[in-house]
Formats: sequence, C-alpha cells, structure tokens
Amino acid sequence: MKIDVKKIAKLANLPITDYEEEKLAEQLSQTLDYVNKLEEIDTKGVEPTSQVTGLENVTRDDEITNSLSQEEALKNAKSKRDGFFVVKAIFDNE
Amino acid sequence: MNNLYELTIKKARDGLKNKSFSSAELIKSCLDRIKAVEPKIHAFVTVCDEAINYAKDENLPLRGIPISIKDNFCTVGLRTTASSNVLKDFIPPYDATVVAKLKAAGAVIIGKTNLDAWAHGSSTETSDFGTTRNPWNIEHLPGGSSGGAAASVAADEIIAAIGSETAGSIRQPADWCGVVGLKPTYGRVSRYGVVAMASSLDSPGPITKTVEDAAIILQILAGKDSLDATTLPNSPQDYLKDLDKKITGLKIGVPDEYFDGVTEQVRARVEDALKLLEKLGAKIIKIKLFKPEYAIAVYTILQRAEVSSNLARYDGIRYGSTRENFGEEAKRRIMLGTYALSAGYWDQYYNKAQKVRTVIVEDFIRAFKEVDIIIAPTNPTTALPLGASKDNPMFGEMADALVEPSSIAGLPGINVPCGFSKEGLPVGFQVIGPQLAETLILNVAHQYQINTDWRKEKPKL
Repeated sequence: MKIDVKKIAKLANLPITDYEEEKLAEQLSQTLDYVNKLEEIDTKGVEPTSQVTGLENVTRDDEITNSLSQEEALKNAKSKRDGFFVVKAIFDNE
Repeated sequence: MNNLYELTIKKARDGLKNKSFSSAELIKSCLDRIKAVEPKIHAFVTVCDEAINYAKDENLPLRGIPISIKDNFCTVGLRTTASSNVLKDFIPPYDATVVAKLKAAGAVIIGKTNLDAWAHGSSTETSDFGTTRNPWNIEHLPGGSSGGAAASVAADEIIAAIGSETAGSIRQPADWCGVVGLKPTYGRVSRYGVVAMASSLDSPGPITKTVEDAAIILQILAGKDSLDATTLPNSPQDYLKDLDKKITGLKIGVPDEYFDGVTEQVRARVEDALKLLEKLGAKIIKIKLFKPEYAIAVYTILQRAEVSSNLARYDGIRYGSTRENFGEEAKRRIMLGTYALSAGYWDQYYNKAQKVRTVIVEDFIRAFKEVDIIIAPTNPTTALPLGASKDNPMFGEMADALVEPSSIAGLPGINVPCGFSKEGLPVGFQVIGPQLAETLILNVAHQYQINTDWRKEKPKL
C-alpha cells in the first residue's frame, strides 16, 4: 500500500526528515498489512463500540470549583509575555 | 527480621502499628535499597531522596508506606516526564486523582518510575531516559510500559507501585518481573491527571508483591471521580472481604486459542497452576474464545488513532517542548493514527476496528455465561533479551497478544506469578473476569498465591 507520508506528517504537524519519511513509509505499510486481517471478520449489521462500559451523556452541575491560577497555568510555558502564552504568528501581515 | 524494604504493604502496616519500626526507618530502608540496586536496574526516572511521612493519623490505610508512581501520573511539584524528552522538564501544577487518593491515604511517594515513552511499548526500550533491566536477569527486558514500576517491586526497591495499562502495560511487565499486577475494569479507577495514551482503554492499577496488597490499593483507588466522566458510578466493592473464600465449584474457563504460540515452559507452568486450582476445588472447563490475533489488529488501530489525537496537544506552547522532540516510536504511532483517521480511511480502519471491538466484547459476554472466570498465560514467552523491540513496529502488540482482547473489552485482569523457566525467569498466569468482577479475580489469585511459595523467591542482586 502506498502512503503519502509527507501529507500525513503535515496533518499530524510532525516534522520528519527524508530518512524518517522512507522508513515510516515502509513500517506503516507493514503495520497496515497486518491490520487488514480485520477484513476477515464479518461486521455486517454490527454497531461500533467506542465506550466499553456503556456510560452515556455523563454530566455534572455547572458549578465553579478551584482551578489553576494564571501563574500556575503559565509556569511550564517556555515563552510568555504579560501573563499570556506566546504563540507563532498566524497572519503574515497586519 | 527481614530487611524492611522486602516487606509487603500488609506486613509494613502491621510493623508500623506495633511500633516495630518507624515510617522514617521504612522509607530510609527503601531509599538505601534504591541507591544500592539502581545502577543495575534503572527502574526510576526520579527518586525523592528527601521523602518523609507527613501523615499523622495512625488509622490511614497506607500511613508512612513508600510507594512508587509510574512517571505518567501527574504529581504536583514533582517532575512528570512520561519518559519522553518532550516533557523532560514538566512540573505539574496538580496531582492525578490516583496520586491525590494515595496521599490522602497516607502513602509516601518516593519516586517516579520509568516507562516506554508515552507508555508506547512493552519493553521500556522506547524510553528517552534509558532501558530498565529485569531484576531476575539484567540482560533481559522488564516488559512495559510499566516496566520501571514492575522492576521496582521485583527488586524490592519499594513496598508497592502504581502503573497504568492500556492493553498489557500492567500485567505484561508484572509477569516478566514475577510480581502481581492488577488491571481494573475500565472506568473503575480515575484517569484524571494521567498522561493520556488511548483514552477509551487507559486503566491505572497497582503492581505489588502480593494479591492482598493489590486489593488494599484498589480499595483506595476505586470509585467515581467528577474529574473523569468515564469513571463508573457503581460503588466500589470491599475488595478484601472475599480473599479467603474457598473456590470450591468455581468454573474456570481455559481457552485453547490463548495457548497457541506459547512456549513449552510457559504452557507447562500455567498447566501446573490450573491443576492446583482444580485441587482447590475449581472446575476447569475448555472454552472457545475469539483469536487474540484479531484483537491485536483492533488494538493497533484504536491505540494509534487515539494516540494521534491525544498527543496533538503537545505543541510546546503551554508546557513541554516542541514536536521535534518526539521519539521514533511516538512518531510512528502518531503517523499511523493520523492516517487511520484521515478522510477516506476512517471507515475502513477506525470504524471497522470499533465494530470488531463489539464482536470481541460480545464474545466475552457469551463466555462468561458458561464460566465464572477465564485463566490463560499472561505472555507467550518469558522476558525477552535486551534489544528485542528494536526496529519492530509491532513488538508491543505481539508481546501483549494475550492481554489485548480483555483490555479492548474493558475487563479486569490480574497477573499472578506461577513459577520460573529453566533459565530462572518468572512465569505468570492471568485471571480475567467480567466487568467489575475485581473481588472474584482477587479471590482466585489470592487462593492460588497462599497455596504456593513462588513469591518467596527473590532475584539475586
């Protein structure tokens, strides 16, 4: 199976080298070959399971509880300014 | 008297109550042991050399007892790395619910244990901070991902440990290290504050020297948590009450499919264990279960997909460092998961895997109409040599083949040591029960353990 590794890496926001690209292409197709054996199982009419204990629509009262202070929330950030996280610019110009 | 570091929770608690020794002495004994054997074992990422007991109330169930925590549980003010360079300097501002509950019970955290980076693997070889060694033979792997936790218990560096299992990460290393590992029902123990791996599967649980100790810890950890909406509303049971119950008439299902590809030595030890359980009054019944190889395929897709989503948050902005710092294994998993969830492939892979998951869930429900519990080998082999996982993108899945189906179905399971191979490596079996049958599997495991002497064997270090 041919996988467009560059495209997937872009979707995953993952920087990869040319060497990794080659290696990943090979390993990912190996793994997909293995998982393709799921096709052997007939699942016509079977509902998918995403929550294995059957809980549904779990809610709680919307009450204010203790949360992190601004200082605590920022403590682990490598780059901050005036009490905010610094992120990369999204727009090139003004 | 034994060295204090060799004690179980039960014995340590009795000794502290009778004032045979103090909590400070117990903690020092473990810290000294860590100092002595860590150069060989490397079970810890961080050791708290200054750990002291703050708990005053003598009635607290774990007062003054040293515990190690897998390094993917947030600990306030104490570095939490998930054994990845991305989080190598991350200091959590809060405790995971599991950690908060242990502290409230009086436990003293004296270190954070090594794991496969992000818990991706079954060897600790994907850790960015080095591989943990198996205390029974340091040229062999401890298993993983909770390999540091299991090794810390097997090497008597600690009284008990906390690990987490997504599919095998408690039971598999417990098996390879010859200790007890309990994976509770999904949702029985809160995931809040655990570095998320595959959120529909992740289950924290204890790794201990005895089954009784595992029950003591589950008693403290089990319960609903308003901070984790997937925790179960059912009240926790009294996990200690049935430990001593006889197992006369108990129906044990043994699936042939779980003995395919199992080495002769493992098979022989597990069959011996079944004979003993039969002698104790249980009935052994052959059952048919869905082949584990399909569970491997289901798990591979679900795990990669959920990983790609959970690890998307590590962008180096709020905490941690940038995405270049992911290791090879994490990259491989993020990539496959992203692919499996991408437009055009979601139905073919993810949705298909979720449907086969339903087939596996129903297969177990059918089996538990015939039998009370299921017993099988925990691993197809004893601990593999160092290096076995290298360049094998499916190493973890293959090592975990026999524990994956029950994880996918959210069932509880426990590894119990049942002997050694000729080479002196531990062998274990697993007891699997229906959802929320922790009391029953602990009962069976305890009855086996008190009628055997395996746990008295110690690795020579």
